[in-house]
Parts: sequence; structure tokens; C-alpha cells
Amino acid sequence: MRFEGTDNYVATDDLKVAVNAATKLRRPLLVKGEPGTGKTVLAQEIATALGAPLIEWNIKSTTKAHQGLYEYDAVARLRDSQLGDARVHDIKNYIKKGKLWEAFTAPQLPVLLIDEIDKADIEFPNDLLQELDRMEFFVYETQETIKAVERPIVIITSNNEKELPDAFLRRCFFHYIKFPDRTTMQAIIDVHFPGIQKMLVSKAMDIFYEVRDVPGLKKKPSTSELLDWLKLLLHEDMPLDVLQSRDPTKAIPPLHGALLKNEQDIMLFERLAFMARRPNS
Amino acid sequence: MFFSFMEELRSAGISASLKEHLALLAALDADVIGQSPEEFYYLARTTLVKDEALLDRFDQVFGKVFKGIFTEYGQNPVDVPADWLKAIAEKYLSPEEMAKIEKMGSWDELMETLKKRLEEQEKRHQGGNKWVGTGGTSPYGNSGYHPEGVRIGGESKHKRAVKVWDKREFQNLDHTKELGTRNIKIAMRRLRRFARDGAVEELDIEGTINGTARQGWLDIKMRPERRNAIKVLLMLDVGGSMDPFIKLCEELFSAATSEFKNLEFFYFHNCPYEGVWKDNKRRFSERTQMWDVLHKFPHDYKVVMVGDASMSPYEITHPGGSVEHFNEESGAVWMHRITSTYPATVWLNPVPEKQWGYSQSTKIIKELVNDRMYPLTLEGLDDAMRELSRKHGH
Repeated sequence: MRFEGTDNYVATDDLKVAVNAATKLRRPLLVKGEPGTGKTVLAQEIATALGAPLIEWNIKSTTKAHQGLYEYDAVARLRDSQLGDARVHDIKNYIKKGKLWEAFTAPQLPVLLIDEIDKADIEFPNDLLQELDRMEFFVYETQETIKAVERPIVIITSNNEKELPDAFLRRCFFHYIKFPDRTTMQAIIDVHFPGIQKMLVSKAMDIFYEVRDVPGLKKKPSTSELLDWLKLLLHEDMPLDVLQSRDPTKAIPPLHGALLKNEQDIMLFERLAFMARRPNS
Repeated sequence: MFFSFMEELRSAGISASLKEHLALLAALDADVIGQSPEEFYYLARTTLVKDEALLDRFDQVFGKVFKGIFTEYGQNPVDVPADWLKAIAEKYLSPEEMAKIEKMGSWDELMETLKKRLEEQEKRHQGGNKWVGTGGTSPYGNSGYHPEGVRIGGESKHKRAVKVWDKREFQNLDHTKELGTRNIKIAMRRLRRFARDGAVEELDIEGTINGTARQGWLDIKMRPERRNAIKVLLMLDVGGSMDPFIKLCEELFSAATSEFKNLEFFYFHNCPYEGVWKDNKRRFSERTQMWDVLHKFPHDYKVVMVGDASMSPYEITHPGGSVEHFNEESGAVWMHRITSTYPATVWLNPVPEKQWGYSQSTKIIKELVNDRMYPLTLEGLDDAMRELSRKHGH
């Protein structure tokens, strides 16, 4: 069971080593990186490559650690007791399995994705320490211990909005997806658009890296934006010479909506275009 | 194994623990990687470093510790001990393959030929990047040995691997941040103000009992959870006379970022004027207009300004007094705008309180913030937080 990237995903050597270490030793892999560099997609691709089912747990600011284990719906039980429902006598009827429980008891070894862990409260990772370390937890309501049949492969992504506690980090492997260089980017494009015109890609990448280098951008376009933009260019059948003969007075690249995601950035480009139009006297 | 490596890492400030060291050994034991130094580097990195800001430091330590070993290994292939090669070959070659190789001659002969071939290649290729051609028929090429073995054939990975950490791609992620900010964080807790807002998701027991008693049937009441609703705007003086206090400010900054959910920060130099910035490297190209700041963040933000307030008095009192640019309006005007927009404003001064009296500008600033200047010590911070958490009227 070795991860070598897939038909849809270009994995760099360091990423492969990190993934293989995590899958082999069954410790969680923490993935960080700029938004849009393929952190979430990674888990899906690992699942595909290993032929394992993917269990996704998307974290929000309101997510609590115990929701990943189980939830006891006391309110529903109270209500049922009022209505005289027979289900009320068995507490198990009111325990809802969380994603971790699901992953621990899955019939086939799953890949568990804990997406954007930094969105949750600062204590969230600490609350999951034991559960992820021992891959077991205790259900107070039914007095049973849920233990993983086989330690699942856990992928955790973070956008760095909050620092994660040391004790949590010690239990993980860590990988930082750095922004792909040109060669890697070319490989990624080849995977997504086989047979795309070489010239078009090369021109588009010139423009793309130029846009990324413009100082002061609020949100730098990343891989996923480049792919979207290429898709648009292809769809619109943009003639090559539009990209090629770029007029400095038109600083905004064609179909810029896919690359620039907020109005301040677009204004910045308009200002640049305006400066370029001004005579240099 | 790797004790000196671990020691070097720890002395470089990468707090790799025994747990991680054992994980690395376990991974090596489980044959997660092949035997190329490049892969070892990647594995060590993924195991021992947990913060992208430390990646650059890791690269440096790795380069330092393994330099002698890998370059020697990469550049003088002739020195590779024969029994080592043999051991690897035995590990990865099937008996049939071994027999095939035996046909070509005994092990010693084989090694002798290999050595010779390597020497020849060494002479031809100055850089020694490719010792043995990648052609398919030679047993010394890529195809002769298991792909997981020492890659004698094919493209030499060793050279490239050395480059990987020598490239130091993560350099600008390194920000030396200080640990041990717990005291500061605790002082800042004074600022916590819990409020219930957002989604209703907590069972309000009191309300439920009340409602049930009133209605005669079970009346469930829910309420939003308590959250820290405090909002903080941090403005930091950078450069020049602030240099001796960098460490202190970093501690404050790192504690503040982890303590407050709604924290915004800006930098200024000496005295705030019409523009502030968020990135010190781009302080001239990426400025935020002070007016935008004043308009964007509502009055209930708590403003914490950090600076030594040591400058020429003209920098505060006169238009055009700034040392960096021509300011059309004086710093005092801007200070006044800040304090009138944000009733809860304090100034933290890293200079010891005894010395404030000797500096004209400190006195002026202190007046401008209505005497709410506090020394940047734990007690000062505590007082400042107390001041900020008072109710402020408009």
C-alpha cells in the first residue's frame, strides 16, 4: 500500500514520503498550505489510490470535539418520554454516532479527513488528543468503550488560522504544501487538461505568475484558481493572440474573475493599468 | 541513532521530542522510505518539524549535520563498502536474479568491475552526477538492482537531495517567535468579555424549568453559547528606537493573536499618521489609510498601541514632522482621531516608567491618550487590561 499520486493528482516526492509514513505508521498527517493548493483533495486522492472509503468531517467554528465521537440527544429522549414512545427505554436509540466512531468501526479501513481543524475552538485539538492517539473512546451513557478495529488513516488540514497545541502536533506527521513551482504546475495542468495547447498554457502561466507577483494582492490566486481560469479560457475558446499580445495598458488579464476574487484586487489592477496608460512625461 | 542530529535540532529551537524521535525510528524500521538521502530528509522533516516557520531552520541543521556524510557518499562512489552493496543486493534480489548475477562472475569480480566502471565514469563526467549509464543491459544500471535499493544507476538522487535542503525554500516563512507567553496571555484574559450570540445550541436549563412550570408541559428553551466577544485593534511601533524591545513586542503579539479571536493589527513608525501597514517588508507599497481603519472597525474595538513614544516632539506636534515622509496633518491630530473614535484606547510603553519624565515626546503622547499610558510589564499590562475592560461611554 504505497501512495504515488494518482491520475488526477500530482504529488511531489516529499508529499509522497509524508503520506506513506502516515499510512504505514497510522498516525495522523497534518497538512498545511496556502488555500487552494489541494489540501482537501489530497485526502480524497489518498482514498482513491488506496481504494478506501473516505469519511469527511468538516470542522466549523461551532464544532465541538465530542460531536466527532457521538452525540446524546437528551432533548429527543425527553420529548419521547412525554409522548410515551417505547424507544425511550433504550438509551442507545438516542446516541448518534460521530465521524470518528464511524471511522473506528468501519468494515473496511477508511481514510478520515478532518478538514480545517483550525476553524474550531482553540481547545478542540486538545480534546481529541487521546482519541487520535489511542484510537478509542468511552461512551458514558452506555458505559462502553469504542475501539478502532484497525487504526484509520487520518488526514487533518489546517489553514493556519490558529496555532495548534504542541501535544497535538507531537502525535502527527506534518506536511506543508508549498506553492508549486513552474514544473510541478505544468504537471498539474497536464493532469487536468490533457492535450491542451502548450503555447496557451505557457502564456497563461506567465500571466498567472505575474499576477501572483503583484505586490499588495489581498488573495493571491492559487492552483485551483489557475485550473478554473484555464477551464474558462478553453471554454471561451480564447484565441492565443489575446494572451500573447498583451497590451500593458490592459493590466487585467482576460476572464480575470476566475483569478481575482475581491474588488480591491481588481481595483488594484485597474490602477496599474491606469498608471501604464499615463504618458511617461 | 541520530542523537547528535536531535541535539542540534533542539539547540536550534526545533522542539522535537523523544516521541517524534521514536516515530522517526519506527518509520525507518517499517521501511517507509527507500535508502536515498532525499527520502530520509523528507521523512525526518515530516516527523520532526510541525511548523512551516521552522522548516528553514530544519534545512540548515540537516545540511550541517549530514553534510560530511552525504557529499562524501555522493561524490566518491568508489568508497561505498563492498559488503554494504552486497547486503543490499541480497536483501532485494531474488535467488534467481542472484544466480544470474553469479553467472557474470563471483561477487568480488562483480564488485571489482563495478568499481572500475565507476572510476571510468568518474573520469568522464566531471561532476559525477551520473556514475553509471541508465542503459538497460548493464547489471550496474538502473534495471540491475531493485528500485528501492541504493540507486547506483539512473539519475543520481543524492545530488538533487542535497540541493533540496540547500535551496532553503522555506526561508521567508521563518519568524522567530517566542514561547513562554503564558503570563502575558493570563494578563490578557482580563479582557475577556463573554456574550451570548450566534446559533441557539445550548439547553437553557433555568429557562426550560421556568417555561415548563408555567406551561404545564415540557417547554424546551435553548440559548446561544457564551463566547469571548472582545475585539482588539493592536498598533505596534516598529523600527528605530523600538529595536531593543523587539522580543518583548513579539511575545505580546504572539500572546495576543492566540488569545483574541477578533484581533486586527497594524504597524506604524514612531507616531501614527495617515497610513499604517501590515507587512514591514512592504511598508511603503502596501499601506492602509488610517481613515479606512477608523471607518472599518466599529467604536467598540479596544485599541492597544505599543511604542516607546521616543521621538522628536515635532514628529507629533507639527505637520511635516514625520521622519519618513511628509505628513499633511500632525501626529497629534491623528492621535486625537484615534482616541475619539475608540474610547477604549491604551498605550503600552516598553521603556521603564521612571524614564518617561525625561522624554518630551513621551509626555505629549501620554497626554494625548488621556494619561492611559502603561509600562509594558505584567503589572502594567494588567492595569491596561483593567482600564480597557471598564465601560466606556461615547
